[in-house]
Amino acid sequence: MSEARAAGRLARALDSDLFYSFRRSPVAVFSAAMALLLVLGAVLAPLIAPHDPFDLVSLNLMDSLLPPAFLDGGEWTFPLGTDNQGRDMLSGIMYGARISLTVGVSAVLFAVIVGTVLGLLAGYAGEAIDALLMRIADVQLTFPAILIALLVDGVIRAAVPRDVHEQIEVYVLIFAIGISRWPQFARTVRGSTLVERNKDYVMAARVIGLSSVRIMLSHILPNVIGPVLVIFTLTLGLAILDEATLSFLGVGLPPTQPSLGTLIRIGNDFLFSGEWWVTIFPGLALVAMVLSINLLGDWLRDALNPRLR
Amino acid sequence: MPAFILSRLLQAIPVLLVVGFIAYAMFAFVGDPVQIMLGQDYTEVQRQALIHDLGLDQPFFVQYAKFMWRAVQGEFGISYRLARPVSGLIAERLPATLELSVTATVLSLAVGLPMGVYTAVYRRSWLARGFMVFSLAGISLPTFLTGILLILCFSVGLGWLPSFGRGEVVHIGAWWTTGFLTLSGIKALILPAITLGLFQMTLIMRLVRAEMLEVLRTDYIKFARARGLTDRSIKFGHALRNTMVPVITIVGLQLGMIVAFSLVTETVFQWPGMGLLFIQSVGVADIPVMSAYLLLIAVVFVVINLVVDLLYYAVDPRLRIERSSAQAGR
Amino acid sequence: MALLDVQNLTVEFPTRRGVLRALDGVSFSIEAGEVLGVVGESGAGKSLTGAAIIGLLEPPGRIAGGRILLEGSRIDDLSQSQLRRIRGRRIGAIFQDPLTTLNPLYSIGRQLIETIRTHLKLSEADARKRAVRWLEEVGIPAAAQRIDAYPHEFSGGQRQRVVIALALCAEPALVIADEPTTALDVSIQAQIIALLKRLARDHGTSVMLITHDMGVIAETADRVAVMYAGRIAEIGPVAEIVRTPAHPYTLGLMGSIPSIEHRVERLAQIDGAMPRLTAIPQGCAFNPRCPRVFARCRIERPDLLPAGATEAACWLHDATIRPLRAAHG
Repeated sequence: MSEARAAGRLARALDSDLFYSFRRSPVAVFSAAMALLLVLGAVLAPLIAPHDPFDLVSLNLMDSLLPPAFLDGGEWTFPLGTDNQGRDMLSGIMYGARISLTVGVSAVLFAVIVGTVLGLLAGYAGEAIDALLMRIADVQLTFPAILIALLVDGVIRAAVPRDVHEQIEVYVLIFAIGISRWPQFARTVRGSTLVERNKDYVMAARVIGLSSVRIMLSHILPNVIGPVLVIFTLTLGLAILDEATLSFLGVGLPPTQPSLGTLIRIGNDFLFSGEWWVTIFPGLALVAMVLSINLLGDWLRDALNPRLR
Repeated sequence: MPAFILSRLLQAIPVLLVVGFIAYAMFAFVGDPVQIMLGQDYTEVQRQALIHDLGLDQPFFVQYAKFMWRAVQGEFGISYRLARPVSGLIAERLPATLELSVTATVLSLAVGLPMGVYTAVYRRSWLARGFMVFSLAGISLPTFLTGILLILCFSVGLGWLPSFGRGEVVHIGAWWTTGFLTLSGIKALILPAITLGLFQMTLIMRLVRAEMLEVLRTDYIKFARARGLTDRSIKFGHALRNTMVPVITIVGLQLGMIVAFSLVTETVFQWPGMGLLFIQSVGVADIPVMSAYLLLIAVVFVVINLVVDLLYYAVDPRLRIERSSAQAGR
Repeated sequence: MALLDVQNLTVEFPTRRGVLRALDGVSFSIEAGEVLGVVGESGAGKSLTGAAIIGLLEPPGRIAGGRILLEGSRIDDLSQSQLRRIRGRRIGAIFQDPLTTLNPLYSIGRQLIETIRTHLKLSEADARKRAVRWLEEVGIPAAAQRIDAYPHEFSGGQRQRVVIALALCAEPALVIADEPTTALDVSIQAQIIALLKRLARDHGTSVMLITHDMGVIAETADRVAVMYAGRIAEIGPVAEIVRTPAHPYTLGLMGSIPSIEHRVERLAQIDGAMPRLTAIPQGCAFNPRCPRVFARCRIERPDLLPAGATEAACWLHDATIRPLRAAHG
């Protein structure tokens, strides 16, 4: 019985307009495949990576700065070469992507939660709070997100001792990037809330004394899920870039806990001595990740808003 | 018109006050400025004297007011890291950042606008599709990586252009320095300007395209077609002008982004501007420099917003109310 | 020779679930100086017919069959640049909402002068004079001064007058007015209709007046075409159609002529709603709602048949009465 229902649901999903436009778009299929590959590589890094870049015992300085295997002097144990400490680039990239993705996804989730709560509040709690929240959002939106993230990170850096800071840096980054990206979500949710609030069923619910907030939630959330999903995807690309940028600037993740941005920063030192692979491979991984996410977001926006095609 | 400017300026004041508040709160509460400025050896008398000098023994809002008053006069205190007045540090580096930002802005507008119009008008053409793919790549390519790739290609590989610094600069007046007047200065500017401009250029292109497509769907464009106006006039007259109204605002905001993103570009190319100064200060929590930079950026944004409003006013007749027609409503 | 002759016009929209036929074999003609009213519920294909005639169908919509003749020569197979010279010059168009049909950034004078000079060889100064004259003719007070004003400085009714001036300023032989009063205040609607009627008479312009308001048609039109689900249900002189409708659908529509107080949006006299394009029934498209339906209506599709002074697509008017066959026969 439930199996039949699940099968029915699957059939409906496969027949939906969204899935149809997905199959019809080679770009969407390609980018989804690329994203899936990168995510799998990152998630399964501890299981499938050829080396453990954090295992200091296995590192051998004799192996440092080896070129990729397809070049002269390369070894197949290190397919993409090694960095200055003899760490395998491929493994480093897989672990780095894992950290980049973790920070990016967590930061955007944080932004979604903050944005949704404040957006609902702004749309529902009356004009004074609405005006205040939207004014804050406006002011914040006039500043680039990366600057706000930098500032939040800088303030926390100044406020906590150095050794503590290194341990909590991942959370600091998630907080800093998340807080810099909430206003867009808040605006979208607020817009839908204002529309829904004046509809009859909310009025009716109030009259019979039901919690209109709860009823609204169940009506508003389905309405905003499309736009929020689109903003989520596009913001995810931006958040991953934010993290990479901060780490590249040296105010993000330390070399002991390298994200893709940190790897590129390390590689930057070897740009002029010819060891280009230490920079280029993490860079390629980062671009591939963000590009596939952006392509998916672009497709999703068009698919959910057919008027734009 | 003057009333319009005045109201915009008045709206900017609370923004500056809030940013100033955050800047001062950072200075006063993050870390212990007294501790940092005194270093290791000091006496209690010295400590009390410094606290008094900094005004830290006064009520918070008095301190804040004084901070803002000094800021208005260009006084931002002493850098913890370099032990020099922040105002001097910034004045030294301002020309470098402004020259880089302006060049990148001109570049991104000069290329991004025509590409956006082209991709909207001829959106089924292969070239337009090529531009779209290129723009997505541009958006997915972080600024610092663009810089690294350009260095790898044109400095390390071909050896054509320098990879760091500003080249030879010429002093103009008391404190302005320019790289525009020497060959090495211009060569040094090329890669950073492309790096900084590329991301904005793709954003501007996509934005212009989206707005223009939106405009091309409106009733007045349909009506213009129904009147048999030429394609050229419809697309490059009616549609383009209407596209410019929203584009001006957003492009204005993007230009603010250029100033902010210059800090990434400056780091990659070791460009001696304010952004590099700021990054070095964040690394060691040099709060006076950070708060000064923050306030300065806020001022830049306020100025940009004002310019945007004025442009808006010039383009959109609906804002020019002084004509005061008899028909106010519909 | 009729001014406009539409023969068997078919418009299709390819979609992922197959091709939708939005107009199916529509035929009618408009004589010089004539006002043809086109009525029907929304979605019946009225506006689409107008758009097809001036070659402004929104892609992916396309003319899939039939011919459109203007003064005897085909215009449905012209290139876009040839069509452009016809639009505004020989066929004008008036749209529904005057608040959105004028370019907000150009003064009305600039829009008028540009339209005039696109089609007529006139100097800037002469075009301006002509523009002022048109503004006066459509009843804009102080036209010489207000010509440099922007659309937002006019009221809705005045803007529709400007739109009419724009549509007529190059003296087209035919103007297609698509719901020209729907977006206006009730008090202004009658003025705009009267203006349109007067201008058409003074300039000898034919009008294709598209509306869902039978009242407006009864006042204005010489002949009426009633559309239903992408086809013409009945066509004929306005007096006969109002007095003795031959198609059961027209009969229902007549019940919806508004009295002064209440405007009826839905057809209270006919149960149900017009079928969607994806689900047009076999036979006569109206058969599920028709009070006088019989077996043949569910099988065979009727073409326009003579029915007194009008023509109606209804088997009730089949002169050669054939024996009725059972549905399963």
